[in-house]
Amino acid sequence: MLTYLAKRLAMMVPLLIGITFISFLIMHLAPGSPTDLATDLNPKMSEIAKERLTKLYGLDKPLPVQYWTWLKRLAVLDFGRSFAPDGQPVLNKIADRLPITVTINLLSLLLVLVIAVPIGVYSATHRGSLFDQATTVFVFLGFATPTFWLALLCMILFGVVLGWLPISGIKSLNHDQLSCAGQLLDYARHLALPVLLSAFTSLAGMSRYMRGNMLEVIRQDYVTTARAKGLPERLVIYSHALRNAMMPVITILGLSVPALIGGSVIFESIFAIPGMGKLFYDAVMARDYPVVMGGLVIGAVLTLVGNLLADLGYALVDPRVRSK
Amino acid sequence: MPKITAALILCLLLALSAGGAGAVDDGGSLVMGTIGDATSMIPMITSDSASHEMSGLVYNGLLKYDKDLNLIGDLARSWTVSPDGLTITFKIREGVTWQDGKPYTAKDALFNWRFMVDPKTPTAYSGDYMKVTKAEAPDEHTFVVHYDEPFAPGLASWTLTQMPRHLLEGQDVRASELNRHPVGTGPYEFVRWDPGARVVLRYYPDYFEGRAHISQVTYRVIPDMATMFLELKSGGLDWMGLTALQYRRQTETPFFKKNFVKYRYLSSGYTYLGYNLKDPRFADKRVRQALSYAIDKEELIKGVLLGLGRVCTGPIKPGTYWYNPQVKRYPHDPAKAKELLAAAGWRDTDGDGLLDKDGRPFEFTILTNQGNSYRANTGVIIQQRLSQIGVRVKLRTVEWAAFIKEFINKGRFEAVLLGWTITPDPDQFDIWHSSKAQPGQLNFTYYKNPEVDRILTEQRRTFDREKRRALIFKLQEILAEDQPYTFLYVANALPVLAARIKGIAPAPAGISYNFTEWWVPKALQHPAMKR
Repeated sequence: MLTYLAKRLAMMVPLLIGITFISFLIMHLAPGSPTDLATDLNPKMSEIAKERLTKLYGLDKPLPVQYWTWLKRLAVLDFGRSFAPDGQPVLNKIADRLPITVTINLLSLLLVLVIAVPIGVYSATHRGSLFDQATTVFVFLGFATPTFWLALLCMILFGVVLGWLPISGIKSLNHDQLSCAGQLLDYARHLALPVLLSAFTSLAGMSRYMRGNMLEVIRQDYVTTARAKGLPERLVIYSHALRNAMMPVITILGLSVPALIGGSVIFESIFAIPGMGKLFYDAVMARDYPVVMGGLVIGAVLTLVGNLLADLGYALVDPRVRSK
Repeated sequence: MPKITAALILCLLLALSAGGAGAVDDGGSLVMGTIGDATSMIPMITSDSASHEMSGLVYNGLLKYDKDLNLIGDLARSWTVSPDGLTITFKIREGVTWQDGKPYTAKDALFNWRFMVDPKTPTAYSGDYMKVTKAEAPDEHTFVVHYDEPFAPGLASWTLTQMPRHLLEGQDVRASELNRHPVGTGPYEFVRWDPGARVVLRYYPDYFEGRAHISQVTYRVIPDMATMFLELKSGGLDWMGLTALQYRRQTETPFFKKNFVKYRYLSSGYTYLGYNLKDPRFADKRVRQALSYAIDKEELIKGVLLGLGRVCTGPIKPGTYWYNPQVKRYPHDPAKAKELLAAAGWRDTDGDGLLDKDGRPFEFTILTNQGNSYRANTGVIIQQRLSQIGVRVKLRTVEWAAFIKEFINKGRFEAVLLGWTITPDPDQFDIWHSSKAQPGQLNFTYYKNPEVDRILTEQRRTFDREKRRALIFKLQEILAEDQPYTFLYVANALPVLAARIKGIAPAPAGISYNFTEWWVPKALQHPAMKR
C-alpha cells in the first residue's frame, strides 16, 4: 500500500508542472492584459504610465522567462503578489477565501451523502414503490430547476417574507459582539441557505446514481449467494451490496473536489459570500495573473489529491487494487 | 414696556425656531450596498469606483467640487493662478491633522505630487502631474506648482487625494500598510475591511469641518443586484443604486413609500454609437447625420431606461455650466435620413430593401462589451430602426478585456456602442484631438478636424471661465454638426435611501457631496458597532 501511495505521489509532480505550464500559456494567450484594465479608456492615462505599469508587473519580459521566474518562486511556495492595486501576497488572498468555500462545499457534500445514499438504496431495494416514483419526480425537478432562481425564491421566502434566515453574507454586522455560541449560531444561520441549495443541486444526481449502482449490485451472484446462505436481508444489503455499490460514488466524490472552486462562483455571487470562486472569477476578468495561477495550482492540487483519495478509497474497499 | 416685552418674545421665538431647525442628532449607523469590493485604499493606484468611493470618506484633496460642480478649496483654503497661467499657488488650511494626530502641511502636498510622478508608483493617473515642471513648499502652508505652458484642466487634477507623507515616504507602495488600513484627514476613520464582504468606517471626531453626524458607515459587498435589492427590502441595507426596472416596477409599493426615499438625477456619463471614420462609408458626414436621424433617441430612453434618462447632444453633461443647449439636434426623422443617404449615393438599386452603393449593400456590425444589458438592448433597438431605412446591422458583444485589446485599440471595428464618463472639468482633448487618433489612444474613431484641434488646445490654455466656456460651447456645436458619434442618452442615477436618513439635498453633483451633514433622528438610529 505504501509503495502504491509513494508512486502515486511521485507522479503528481510532473503532472502538476505540466498543468501549470499549459495554464500559464493559455492565460497569457488570452487577449487583454492587467495593465489594459487599469488604463484603457481612461483619459488621464498617459503612455508612459502604461509602460511603467507593464514594467512593474514584469510583463515586459519574454513569456518563458516569466514562467521560469514564477516556477522558481512556486518551488518555495511563494505565489507572488496580486496585480490588484493592493498588491497583497496571493497566498494571503487565497487563505482568506479558501476556508469558507471548502466549508460550504464539504458541508453540502456531506449532506448529499447523508441524504442521497439512503434514498438511492431505498429506491433500489423498493423499486417501483411509491417512494421510488416520488423520488424519481423529485430528482427530475432537481435537475430541471435553475439554482439561481431557486436561491432567489428561498431568499424571498426565508429572508424577506418570514425573516427567519439572513439573505446574504457569512456573518452579521454585529457578529463580533456576539458570544461564542452566538457567533456559531450566526454562521450556521448564514450558511443554511447556501449549503442546502448547493446540496440540492447535487442531490438529484447522486441519489439516482446510487440507485443505479445498487440495482446493478443486488443482481450480482454473490448477493444471491449471500441470500441463499440465509443471511438477513439487512446484512445482505448494508454489508455486502452497499460496499460495492459505493465504489463508483467514491470516484465521483473524488472528481467533484476540483469542481468545488469553479462551481462556487454562482453561489458566492448570489449569496455575497467572499469565497474562492468569486476571487478566482474576478482575477480572471482582471487578468490578475498571479492570483489566477495561484488558484489554478490550488485547483490542480485539489484535483490530484481528490483523485488520489478516490483511488485510495478504492484500494481500501477493493483489495485487488492494492495488490496490483 | 410692552415694546420691550414684544421684542423679548420675538427674540425668544426666533431662538426657539433656530434651535428647532438646526437640531440634528449625531450617531447611528448606515449600511450601503456595493457591487464590487475595493481593491485598495490608496485611491491613486486604483481604477475601480468602489475603491474611490470608500476611501473618499477617509481622505481629502487640495480642492473639491461643490454641489454645483464648481471647484472649491478642501485642504487648500484658497488658490491663485498667476496672470501668465504658469504657476498655481495653494494656501493650505491651518490646524488640519491626520487621523493619527500628525499635522497636515504643504510638505505632504509636495510629497503627493512626487509620489504621482515617481516611476515606481503603479498609477494610471500620472499624466496631469507630469505636466508640472516644478513643485515646491516654501513654507508649511504654501504649496506652489509650475507649468511650462498654461494648463487649465490641471487645476481639477488637484482634487488629488492627499496621502500621509510620514506613512508612505520611502516605502514600496504595493506593500504599504495604507493599502489595507488608510489614514487620512477626512471625516471618517477606517475601522476594518473584511475582503469581499465589507468595509467599516467610523466618524473622525477631530475632522476640520466638524464631525460627521452619522457615526458609522458600512459598505457591504453584494455582487448580485437582485440579492442587493432583497437585502434592502429586508432591512439589511440603507442605501443602494437601483436599476431602471427596480425603480419603475419593484419599488412603487406602500412598503417602499413608507420606508424609503428614491432619488433621481442625471448620472455623469453618456452612451454613444461611435463610427470608425477610417471606414469610407462613415467618412461622409451626411451618412453619420442620416444614421443619427434614423435612430430614435426618445425611444431608446423609453425602451431601455424606462424613461429614466435624457437625450444626449454632446459630450458635456446637460444642465451644467459647460453644457451648450443650442446645438444641432437629430430628432427621429427616417425620411430625412433616407434623403441624406441618397445624397451620399446610397440607394436601393436592386430592390432588395437594402441600400447599396457601387454594388455593395449598406451593412455593418455594432460592437459592444459583454455584461451591460442596457447597451445590448440599445443595440437591438438601433438595429430595428436602421433596418427601416434599409441599413442592415449586426450586433456583436465581446468580453471587456478582449474588446479593448483586440478591437478598440487596434481600430478593428465598424461601429461601437460604448459610454464615456463625464468629468466636471470639460477638457475633451484626449477624446477628440487628432493627435490622439492613434492605436491604443482614446480618439479610436479617428475623428480629425483642425478647428476642433485648435479649440481643444486653446481651452487648455484658458483659465478664464467665461472664455473657456465659449470655446467648449463651440466644440459642442462642431461635434453636433459632424456627428462622429451618434450621441444617444445620459441615464439617470437612481439611488434609494432609508427614509430615516435626513439632510439629503440633491444637486447637480448628486446626493453624496454633503454626506457629512446627513443625520438620523435619535429614535430611529441603528446602533453603531463597538470597536
